[in-house]
Amino acid sequence: MRIVALVVAGAALALVACGDDDDGDATAAGEGDKPRLVVSAAASMTEALEECGPEFEHATVRLQFAGSDELAAQIRQGVKPDVYAAANTTLPEELKAEGLLARPVEFATNEFVLAVPKESEIRSIDGLTGDDVKIAIGAEDVPIGSYTRETLAQLRAGQEQAILDNVRSNEPDVKGIVGKLTLGAADAGFVYVTDVNGTGGELEAIELPAELQPSVTYGAGVVDGAKQPEQAQTFVDQLVDGPCADALEEAGFGPAP
Amino acid sequence: MRPAWFPVVLVVALAAALTFLTLPIVAIFVDSSPAQLVDALGERGALEALWLSLRTTAMALAIILIVGTPAAYLLATRSFRGKAVVVTLVELPLVLPPAVAGIALLAAVGPSGILGGAVEAAGIELALTTAGVVVALTFVASPFYVRQAMAAFAAVDRTLLDASRTLGASEARSFGRVMIPNAMPGLAAGTALALGRALGEFGATLMFAGSFQGITQTVPLAIYDRFSTEFDSALALSAVLVAVSAAILLSVKFVQGSEALGGAAS
Repeated sequence: MRIVALVVAGAALALVACGDDDDGDATAAGEGDKPRLVVSAAASMTEALEECGPEFEHATVRLQFAGSDELAAQIRQGVKPDVYAAANTTLPEELKAEGLLARPVEFATNEFVLAVPKESEIRSIDGLTGDDVKIAIGAEDVPIGSYTRETLAQLRAGQEQAILDNVRSNEPDVKGIVGKLTLGAADAGFVYVTDVNGTGGELEAIELPAELQPSVTYGAGVVDGAKQPEQAQTFVDQLVDGPCADALEEAGFGPAP
Repeated sequence: MRPAWFPVVLVVALAAALTFLTLPIVAIFVDSSPAQLVDALGERGALEALWLSLRTTAMALAIILIVGTPAAYLLATRSFRGKAVVVTLVELPLVLPPAVAGIALLAAVGPSGILGGAVEAAGIELALTTAGVVVALTFVASPFYVRQAMAAFAAVDRTLLDASRTLGASEARSFGRVMIPNAMPGLAAGTALALGRALGEFGATLMFAGSFQGITQTVPLAIYDRFSTEFDSALALSAVLVAVSAAILLSVKFVQGSEALGGAAS
């Protein structure tokens, strides 16, 4: 009986201690020279934001990258980064409608391309229907995956099916597709042109006919309940115009439409 | 009277550990009603993922048992130069991050890996195939079995083996008739641990075999895939994995319990 009481008391204490710990952490960060700004961004922006993130003057930026949909799911589950930057505008709009994101803005565009390892025999989308072509694409829920399905749906039904039949992996984010291509596990994949630029020549981007290209626009906003809403807003503004906008441009992103 | 502060520290530590370790598991079941779980499991993709996980885990276990048992026996009963190095190498995947295992497998037997040409020449395709899942599971899970099997063989009373040999049994016969039965509880525990590890494998599978429903999307990958849009379904699959893992762990405890009893009796 005494043991049980002790265990219960201990458990309560542990929970309280955890709560304390959280608070302590936040205060410690607040008392430092700069506040800490947590930015959840789509995996495709990894290189660009790692470039400009440390230059942000108003806060120490902590970047975390994953598929836009995974990051949105985290926010829906109550995780509160300060900034959410997605590889489409649908997810930020959805979060805004749910009251989880404030004033999303469009800040960059990207080009949707077919990527192949350098010296590949595949030269166009017509080369994807061959018998032993292995294709890696994004999973249905991640933006790159929905852009891919949107694009393929515009092809002749037979060609669309033949390409989908060659899909061997539905990757959770764009980095997974790039990895499968650079390591030779897949022969072709659909990614953003900036991902191909990031491989230093390992991969080659094949431009799609203009009528097939989806318009790829990136959206970002301040997460509701952000610990540093002001700095977060500044960060979002600088994605449109500022060091991060420059870094994105350098990585091959286009300006906001 | 001296204050009994030390036992209090112990109990508080246990309570903290218990809370921390069980809360997330409890949350999986609290967050979803049994009806929801059954509904979500009825979905085709979820069942397919379960079936694939069972198939690939069974195949990986078969390979691990067939190759791992004699290998562990050799390591447990012979001493030779460099044995410590061999044991370390065999155990290495145990501490390797799964992502490293995935990259390593691609670099070794992927299409452009060092043995990629040979694998391809043999007409085998591993990357992004069900066979690739089996390879990834075997790689990460085998050390769990081999380690346990080595310890089990080493713990068998040598006089039993000597007696068997004196009576004229060949080593192969002694291995089958004396060593395996006597090491059985340890071998079973090792099998269960390898089974648990294989069922839960995520990183190496995703990197080496990719994620495709019915082909390479095992339960952990299906959970990750559903996380963003079908949270209920992800929870349901998680609950199944928790139940299976708990059953495995309990069976290990049970087997080890009877082993301890057997040890006390002899």
